[in-house]
Amino acid sequence: MIELEVNGTSHRINVDPATPLLYVLRDDLDLHAAKFGCGLGQCGSCTVLVDDKPVFACITPIAALAGRMITTVEGLGTREAPGIVQQAFAEEQAAQCGYCIPGMMARAEALLRRTTSPSEAEMRAAMRPVLCRCGTHMRILRAVRRAAAMRGGGVTDAAEPVR
Amino acid sequence: MNAHLSRREMIAGGGLVVLFALGPQATGQGGGVEGQANGEGEVAPGLPGSLGQHPVLDSWIRVAADGQVTVFTGKAELGQGIKTAIVQLAADELDIGLDRLTLVTADTHSSPDEGLTAGSHSMEDSGTAVANAAANVRHLLAEQTARLWDVPVASLSTRNGQVTDGNGRTLDYGAIAANLSLHVPARLDIPRKPIGARRLIGKHLPRIDIPAKLTGGTAYVHDMKLPGMLHARVVRGPAEGTQLIDPDVAAMAGLPGVDRVVSEGRFIALLGRREWPLVQALRILGQLEWERPGEPIPTGDRAAVVKGLSPRVEPILDRQDESGGEAVRWVAARYTRPWLMHGAIGPSCAVALLEDGIMTIWTHSQGVNPLRGAIAEMLGMPPERVRCVHVEGSGCYGHNGADDVAADAALAARAVPGRPVRMLWSREQEHGWEPLGPAQVVELRGGLDAVGRIIAWNHQVWSNTHVTRPSRAGDLIAAQELGRGFTPASPRSLPQPEGGGDRNSIPLYALANARVTKHFLQDMPLRVSAIRSLGAHMNVFAIESFMDELALATRSDPVAFRLRHMADMRARTVIERTADRFAWGRRTPGTLRGHGFAFARYKNLGAFCAIAMDVEVLRDSGRVVVHRAVASVDSGDIVNPDGIRNQIEGGILQSISWTGHEAVAYDERSRTSYDWSVYPILRFEDVPLSVEVDLVDRPGQPFLGTGEAAQGPAAAAYANAIAAATGRRLREMPLTDDAIRTRR
Repeated sequence: MIELEVNGTSHRINVDPATPLLYVLRDDLDLHAAKFGCGLGQCGSCTVLVDDKPVFACITPIAALAGRMITTVEGLGTREAPGIVQQAFAEEQAAQCGYCIPGMMARAEALLRRTTSPSEAEMRAAMRPVLCRCGTHMRILRAVRRAAAMRGGGVTDAAEPVR
Repeated sequence: MNAHLSRREMIAGGGLVVLFALGPQATGQGGGVEGQANGEGEVAPGLPGSLGQHPVLDSWIRVAADGQVTVFTGKAELGQGIKTAIVQLAADELDIGLDRLTLVTADTHSSPDEGLTAGSHSMEDSGTAVANAAANVRHLLAEQTARLWDVPVASLSTRNGQVTDGNGRTLDYGAIAANLSLHVPARLDIPRKPIGARRLIGKHLPRIDIPAKLTGGTAYVHDMKLPGMLHARVVRGPAEGTQLIDPDVAAMAGLPGVDRVVSEGRFIALLGRREWPLVQALRILGQLEWERPGEPIPTGDRAAVVKGLSPRVEPILDRQDESGGEAVRWVAARYTRPWLMHGAIGPSCAVALLEDGIMTIWTHSQGVNPLRGAIAEMLGMPPERVRCVHVEGSGCYGHNGADDVAADAALAARAVPGRPVRMLWSREQEHGWEPLGPAQVVELRGGLDAVGRIIAWNHQVWSNTHVTRPSRAGDLIAAQELGRGFTPASPRSLPQPEGGGDRNSIPLYALANARVTKHFLQDMPLRVSAIRSLGAHMNVFAIESFMDELALATRSDPVAFRLRHMADMRARTVIERTADRFAWGRRTPGTLRGHGFAFARYKNLGAFCAIAMDVEVLRDSGRVVVHRAVASVDSGDIVNPDGIRNQIEGGILQSISWTGHEAVAYDERSRTSYDWSVYPILRFEDVPLSVEVDLVDRPGQPFLGTGEAAQGPAAAAYANAIAAATGRRLREMPLTDDAIRTRR
């Protein structure tokens, strides 16, 4: 039995402690935002926050997460009351198929919790671990810049202005 | 085509839209009829878009007694935004609010069969059909009201789901529809709304599928969870063309968490209540011995390998005019492309359920109807007892594992009637088994006259087929594994005007002498099928690289050289607008910095697209920094401007990834690109600093397919910019950092 705190709620999980967090989120807790992409920590579509830091849920066993604060995209806001990062992604229409986007939003949230005024290069480096195949990167970057501005900061040397 | 424009009539303000007194000359909007991708016979020739195959109005639109409207499309949402565009068209042409409209997409049991969602045909086929069907329905509702009130239809208007006579008398669509059959063919004489009366078409409407995708809503087939659902994984060799050697199927049933093994012939699926144990089981089984029964895969020099795959010569174009005189100078070049992967971020997935003798499959296939036929044949079931329902998956960009995993799910679900089965491929299976975009070779030879005009042009392209989508059971991996004699259909060479490997091999430039030849390769050592834009990526890369090589040979500016050979006014417009916006001709200072330009009209039938890029090559690493990309696009009548921008931006970035970073690795036994570490794609550090998309709107003109329009021009603009920066021309994709560094 492992106690996991996800999006502010405590859950008692009774599965093999070696189970990666992703399967517990999706199959036991019905939290579908984090996606399976590779199971290898290569693509980042499973990214969630653990204590404000981004982690690959597909390769992180729940045994390592007892007492840690896990945040998924569901914890950032809802359809009716979206969080700042979600608002910024909606505003920029930063999705095509959208499969990678929860991982992108988790990465963006982690970056902005660290600093609301990253440089363009810092932002790109922070987003680097998540792959997008539709080529939505320009919009994703615009959304992160917008979210930084909405949080009172802004990307210091933005390659494209926030419109 | 635009006869209705001259007849336009509207009441300004208030959103009232009057009806028309009909004349025989009025027509709906045409477009998209040439080269139908779906292969269905037309039953109503002359009707625009897919109405030609499905002329009856209630296959597209139904109006309930409460006024709620359901719109049906046979196309599928792939992340390209088609749902939103169709909703905009239908709501605008019907004059209803978005809250009264429900959209049903590709489903074999409810939507019109529009074949594949492919080839940038969705707006041309389905958008055109829905818009005209909606215009028809609005008119029929008014006609019915006119009969009821005994007034001329032309005295009536519509507004927000009601018909009104302008004197306070109104009737709701729902009340009218209760006594009106829409089971009637569409009429050609009913025009679309006048352009000035449009409320939604051409306006920004946020995508309707995005909110769920941003908040963890159930957005993908991967997210489906049905009561009693079992998880499933399929067990096979590491890549297409391989087989496991005598796997011990009985022992698999003993693996922890495996509740059931379904096997027939070489097909093996593991079923279980939890996912993670199945993932672990698959890892253990990844150690099983395997073999490649067929011929070894030819390795070595790419051009030699490709040209040796049993070519069959097919003339594509032979245009001869000797009046231009003799060439004073010849230029020749050979370009190559490796095998490319679709590389969906989420591996293919399907959910299947056999219940009450009906097999239902929720799938992200691009063609639910052809898939149903193939799966029904595989299962030995009548097609009407198999239902394929499209549910979004991870973006596919062509024929990936979607259809195969659907067949895998169906075979697994057949063994456990009443229980839904969610079948998911592993990352390694997606990389190993998805059909690839074919490798290609293009050889170009051009003759220039004394004043630097092209007077001879010879284009030869070598390519496998670009379509092995399921047309029968044997096209599905699972069916082949059953050992019941299912074999794939013979590879098809797609004909012009759309073409396959020869797509966009005929330049749009004014060339009096031009010969184009396709060498259709019959041997397929690696599994191939459709990847976004088919041969257009390679042919436009080659043609537009070669245009720069010719411009260089004549010391001409690349844009001026193109314009000198371009008569098509819409092509000229996007070329000129891109050059203006980019400030072409004004050099960016800096060594190893260069500008590149390219143009194509997709398929010579779809959207016009010109792209300019400003790149810098980093001296030590050879890395390419794209400082700026500018595109101008003419998609005909624009329904959702941001949808077009999104497709073009994405197309540019995906094409930079293909062109600059990607190649499937393989040895004699199999592919060796098993995951992202051995098949790297574009990451954020290599993404352009800025991308701008300029739209040329042509209200009232036919829709021109846009989803694939950027792939070719982006590839060539990238190559041309690198050549301008380094002074060296790279003709073999991918144009990697290493290639740039060592060739500089």
